[in-house]
Amino acid sequence: MTGANSFQVSGYGPERAGWTRLFARDSVARRLDWPILLAALALSMTGTVLVYSATRNRTELNQGDPYYFLVRHLLNTGIGIALMIAIVWIGHRTLRTAVPLLYGASLFLILLVLTPLGSTINGAHSWIKLPGGFSLQPSEFVKLTIILGMAMLLATRVDAGDKQYPDHRTVLQSLGLAVVPMLIVMLMPDLGSVMVMVIIVLGVLLASGASNRWVFGLIGAGTVGALAVWQLGILDDYQINRFAAFANPELDPAGVGYNTNQARIAIGSGGLTGSGLFHGSQTTGQFVPEQQTDFVFTVAGEELGFVGAGLIILLLGVVLWRACRIARDTPDLYGTIVAAGIVAWFAFQAFENIGMTLGIMPVTGLPLPFVSYGGSSMFAVWMAVGLLQSITVQRPMSA
Amino acid sequence: MTNIPETGRNPRVQIRLVVIQILVLSLLGTLGGRLWYLQIRQGDEYAKEASGNHVQQVVQPAVRGSILDARGVALADNETRLVVSASRTDLLKMKDDGEAVLTKLAGVLGMKPEEVREKVRLCDAKTPQPCWNGSPYQPIPITDEATPKQALQIRERAEDFPGISAEPQAVRRYPSPGKANTAQVLGYLSPVTDDEITKAQDTDSPYLRSDQVGRSGIERQYDKALRGKAGVTRYEVDNLGRVIGEAESDPAQPGDNLVTSIDSRVQRIAEYELNEAMKAARKEFDRNTGTNYKADSGAVVVMEAKTGRIVAMASNPTYDPNAWVGGISAADYKKLTGKDSNYPLLNRAIQGQAAPGSVFKVVSTSAAVEAGYDFDGSYDCSSAYNVGGQVFKNFESANYGPINLGRALEVSCDTVFYRLAHQEWKKDGGMNPKKPHDYFYKAAHQFGLGEETGIDLPNEVTGRVPDRQWKQSYWEANKDAWCKTGKKDGSYVEKIAYENCIEGNKMRAGDAINYSIGQGDTLVTPIQMATIYAAISNGGTLYTPSIGKAVVSADGKQVDPIKPTSHGRLPISKETRDKMDAALAGVATNGTAAWRFEGWPQDKIPMHAKTGTAEVYGKQTTSWFATYTKDYSIVMTISQGGTGSGASGPAVRNIYDALYGVQEDGAIDKKKALLPQPQKALPKVKTDGTIAAPKISEDPVKDQQATEKDEYAPLDDQDQGATVPNQDAGDRRTRRRRRGPGRNRKRRILA
Repeated sequence: MTGANSFQVSGYGPERAGWTRLFARDSVARRLDWPILLAALALSMTGTVLVYSATRNRTELNQGDPYYFLVRHLLNTGIGIALMIAIVWIGHRTLRTAVPLLYGASLFLILLVLTPLGSTINGAHSWIKLPGGFSLQPSEFVKLTIILGMAMLLATRVDAGDKQYPDHRTVLQSLGLAVVPMLIVMLMPDLGSVMVMVIIVLGVLLASGASNRWVFGLIGAGTVGALAVWQLGILDDYQINRFAAFANPELDPAGVGYNTNQARIAIGSGGLTGSGLFHGSQTTGQFVPEQQTDFVFTVAGEELGFVGAGLIILLLGVVLWRACRIARDTPDLYGTIVAAGIVAWFAFQAFENIGMTLGIMPVTGLPLPFVSYGGSSMFAVWMAVGLLQSITVQRPMSA
Repeated sequence: MTNIPETGRNPRVQIRLVVIQILVLSLLGTLGGRLWYLQIRQGDEYAKEASGNHVQQVVQPAVRGSILDARGVALADNETRLVVSASRTDLLKMKDDGEAVLTKLAGVLGMKPEEVREKVRLCDAKTPQPCWNGSPYQPIPITDEATPKQALQIRERAEDFPGISAEPQAVRRYPSPGKANTAQVLGYLSPVTDDEITKAQDTDSPYLRSDQVGRSGIERQYDKALRGKAGVTRYEVDNLGRVIGEAESDPAQPGDNLVTSIDSRVQRIAEYELNEAMKAARKEFDRNTGTNYKADSGAVVVMEAKTGRIVAMASNPTYDPNAWVGGISAADYKKLTGKDSNYPLLNRAIQGQAAPGSVFKVVSTSAAVEAGYDFDGSYDCSSAYNVGGQVFKNFESANYGPINLGRALEVSCDTVFYRLAHQEWKKDGGMNPKKPHDYFYKAAHQFGLGEETGIDLPNEVTGRVPDRQWKQSYWEANKDAWCKTGKKDGSYVEKIAYENCIEGNKMRAGDAINYSIGQGDTLVTPIQMATIYAAISNGGTLYTPSIGKAVVSADGKQVDPIKPTSHGRLPISKETRDKMDAALAGVATNGTAAWRFEGWPQDKIPMHAKTGTAEVYGKQTTSWFATYTKDYSIVMTISQGGTGSGASGPAVRNIYDALYGVQEDGAIDKKKALLPQPQKALPKVKTDGTIAAPKISEDPVKDQQATEKDEYAPLDDQDQGATVPNQDAGDRRTRRRRRGPGRNRKRRILA
């Protein structure tokens, strides 16, 4: 495990790096995956504009300041980028030693949500109110720590050369590690996040090389579990209604179907080039609820049209494509698993978020990575980018 | 950097990573495809839907136009009232469907909770009135008589009364000027139904959910003109209804005013006199049935003879049209439509039909002349006419000997017409007709009977001319029933049924004979008779009766007069008309109606009249009285009321007295005359919408009676010049009262 300190060993600490050294061959800057970085940055900046467009008239939300959300979104992005830099600096391998600590911390936070400190937003009791108007959604960080935790468990013995693939015992342990926070999140209930976590677990197991039986077993168990949840009435009515409305929004156009319907109208009315930034009548008229967070994609759809909304999908595609490349190019299993887990996370969350605004997925409260307003999500995704970058940076130069 | 293990590069992991990559790619592809489908393929549809999202219509209802009488007095107008209404949509959002709110509201309004609940429930097949018949999306009025205090209580505690509003609204009002009720002529309004909204959607005058629609009478006939056009302002709004965009607006156009030919004073007197006549008739004993007359219903029409315009039209029993305003109550609705109500909503002047009896003889007379009989010929007015063992008696078996057709009209001799009709029937081939002339039936059609007069009121009925064609179709419709119940030697009814079964499709001698004096299956409406007698007065033109005289815009700038129209001419020569005219004058001077026109200034205002007493099987006789001067034609009828002159005579005389200002002694007091000549000029509607109307007296009937009393007060200098001092004033004073049973009985012979 000597590679854990390779960042420092290589002597490229950013505090000592001058500009010339920064861009020298083999420098950190040259080794960074710039497409991911630029795409993520572009998405965050697009998000800033869209969030501003959606909130500048919502005086009941922005407390009279049209730039309230814009400023905060930029601030969140800045903090996110800082977190990314910190992770690149520390290095994902060094962080590996701190994974139990991070996992424990995230578990503590989501348990805290269940105490009176937690608060409910839009039917999900998944927030912790912080002083100064900030609030924290720990389930966003749990996604990250599940990836890290599972990767650590699954890769340790393989990376050590003991085994070619993780054995059953290790897989079981890693599943247990994932299931505990998932159960807590389900209690909140934040079903969207649970769905994302299930997909993450699936992606992680796939990438770990665990036996096919585990992979298919998990898919089967997930299906059975979903059916059981549906049948046993564990879900609240509003959750079932959301499902029904996605399938047929006309069922209840004033109630649950309203979101779906208005979102679809907003996107559909955008046409090829959209109504122009700040000129969407659906957006200006505030017909789409939660438009700065979960339904931010509708702003793009209406005001930027097929061109703009398509570009967002394309940028997400760049991030995901590069992340896949990183997963494949990383020599060690730990890096591979982490990258693949992040791919599964981003891909599913983006698909679910955009899919629900397009009416092909049920409505759940999931943010669109980089674009949606929301600090916790922004921090988490930029931290994930930091992990990806760290994996790239520490990869040996290709032979 | 070789210290990093190559564990991630084993083939299984690599293959799976490719699978993940492909999956991710396909997910993104799905999103792109779906995005393309929504935005490019279906984009137009959604764009349309989006634009509908953002436009809110704010509707300013148009003020409904007033209905004015000939002098500009409002018969129907609007007043501002505090209306408390409930929004069903809001109530149904509550857990208890608004039960608690309605109960609380009932407390504030001083109503029973039950009453309030009934008002807001929707009408359907199983729900009896009261219920809401209008659109469920429109606020439902609970009361339009809220006091300002009640309205304040509701508005100040809006949070306690969600879905309830209390606002001033223009509400239809039927002020009954000078007690002229005019109910059936005016009609009433009720809320527009969903069906009507759908039907009128694409026409040039669509309905609003809040609209009231004319349901009968003038309100219905002239609904389009009166309704005006609601103003619509379109705002671009956000999801909370806040205005974010420019407004485009169509201002409301108030409805036009309708000037009618009704004179509210004459109308009041007609209504009053009709009711008095019916009350009087109920005190009369009917020898035929052994009970007092029932006088269950009646109608009177006062028509301008030279234009067909209606000056007054009354139908009894009547009702208060204000009962409909703001939603009708259960009790009121039952009163108006229940089994025991005797249907006061019916306008019997145009919807009541009965056998005309002797007032029909003008038709028979002209038919006889048309058939070639000399008006001045000599015809035997025997006491009875015998056909094949069946005896057709003259009224009260009177015998006048040989008389001409004019005298036959004057004394209303039945046997003269029996004989003529029977001869014509025989000429036409009797029971085996060969190309029959049917002069008597043809004449009826030419007089406009058996069809609507075309008056500008909805649902006029046609009456019936029992000609061969009708007999055939009636027989075809009923023969099965007749043949089933008919018995050759059964009761009277069974015998009739038997005869009808055998030969009900044929015109029998008895049919032709009965028909000639307006009996049998003949049915006419008062408006038809008024039209006919007006035509005789004006020289033969059948004017289409009309109530609307002009449509005047709310600002008075646009005046569209409604011109009199005719729908035919009487089939009589000027000579025959003049002879008939003289004969009908004779009826008023020395015929069956003479005793009702005692002291009438015949030299100044020639009066013409014809009485009718129609027999109805199983009922008491129908009283008919048809009259005309050169200006007016007045027809009155009372069902089960007795004889023509007996029951209806005094009332008609009193109406004429009021019209012309004829005093007890026959003198004409022009100052007291309400309408010696038909009103020609239209009232003036000023640009601000107000109407220059004369002052309305409290009750024209009282004025008329007071006039008479004034005469007897010699202190009144002004009146003395106009009226001739009279020695036996006391005697005349009692004349009105004396039109009682005693005299009626003596004179019945003439009816």
